Amino acid sequence: MTDRIETRPDTAIHACPDCDLLQVLPELEPGDKAQCVRCGRTLAGRAHDPIDRPLALTLAALLALVVANTSPLMDLSVVGRHASTTILGGAYEMWIEGQEATALVVAFCAAIAPAAYVLSLLAVLLAARRPPGPWWIGEMLRVTHAMEPWSMVEVMMLGILVALVKIAELADVAPGIGMYAVGVLMLLLPAIQVSLDPEEIWARLQWVTGEKPSQSPEHAAPRSPPVERAP
Amino acid sequence: MTSAPLTGAQSGLLSCETCGLLAQPADAAEPGHCPRCGAALEWRRPHSIQTTWALVAAAAICYIPANLLPVLGTTSLGATEYDTIMGGVVFLYTSGSWPLALIVLVASVMVPLGKLVALGYLLITVQSGSIRSNRERTRLYRMVELIGRWSMLDVFVDTFTVALVQLQPLMSVQPGAGVLFFAAVVVLTMIAASTFDPRLIWDAGSEEES
Repeated sequence: MTDRIETRPDTAIHACPDCDLLQVLPELEPGDKAQCVRCGRTLAGRAHDPIDRPLALTLAALLALVVANTSPLMDLSVVGRHASTTILGGAYEMWIEGQEATALVVAFCAAIAPAAYVLSLLAVLLAARRPPGPWWIGEMLRVTHAMEPWSMVEVMMLGILVALVKIAELADVAPGIGMYAVGVLMLLLPAIQVSLDPEEIWARLQWVTGEKPSQSPEHAAPRSPPVERAP
Repeated sequence: MTSAPLTGAQSGLLSCETCGLLAQPADAAEPGHCPRCGAALEWRRPHSIQTTWALVAAAAICYIPANLLPVLGTTSLGATEYDTIMGGVVFLYTSGSWPLALIVLVASVMVPLGKLVALGYLLITVQSGSIRSNRERTRLYRMVELIGRWSMLDVFVDTFTVALVQLQPLMSVQPGAGVLFFAAVVVLTMIAASTFDPRLIWDAGSEEES
């Protein structure tokens, strides 16, 4: 590593987000991953087909999301009486039982955050297909990142299964279409995360300072002098 | 390595927390905004230690009622029985599904406690300027970030149990006060993990070298 680092924005030099070590990323082949030499954090990866593949998966996730939120998760029958519930129906029941705050947390983590994640990512990927992408891609991608930890589809899936086993002690329960849709969504969301290459999207973005991204969108670093925006 | 490792902060550069672009700050005191994505630039997450301590303390307080208060009340033929989180684990165990009992025990009792202990340990070692086992501590932080969401499991179990078992007057299930505290523990520790800045673990060592 050289003593002096060039100060122009260069996307080949990265500061590790976890330990701040400066390092030059090697040229990555599709499927490669670069890890921080000091703390082991994954710094960058290159995905095969970085826009169209996550786009296809996101469209599939959107369909699964609609089915998961509109169909009953499970049906219960005991001595001739039937009941069923949906995701938001569960949150609503918590609300009318006097647990308003818990109902909001459940609604947010089970329905709102996954929906916001899928929809914002869909907008980002559609807009990023033709570089230079419009400025609002950055804002949208921020929403996607913010929603990621709060979108708990896989936790909800396990929760539904545990609830199913618990209730099976008391009554006959059967999984509904919604539960299968949640299962599909649970598989699609990590697949999206693996196929997605945020660096690729950022490289296609028009900078807020007005810099255009370089013409070849394939991970090319914009070689332009730094233009600092006033705070 | 021949030369000491150089961090972004030491060379006067900072990376955007949103898009990862390595940028030159407009001013050391007020770094301004990222030229690429427009996010506010910061050397380190602001007031990381204080904010994280406050959130960890709040979560630790909520952890007590979360485990002592009932999370579910089952009304069957007029009689109501209340269950705490541990009660739910015991119920799953005695009804023969010990793998699920183990999952709920780990997700609901051990993970939140482990998160509080881990964050407390990270905060104390950063504050005392420890330079030992930085790599392991960073890995611990990443684990806290990764598994924290699984504690929400019991909140989902309770929600869907309550939503489905509403067969008045035969049998019905109501949520207990513990659910709220439990959800609060999960949300607070998740926010605490996001306010802690893992680069602080490494800052102690780099100050001594330079």
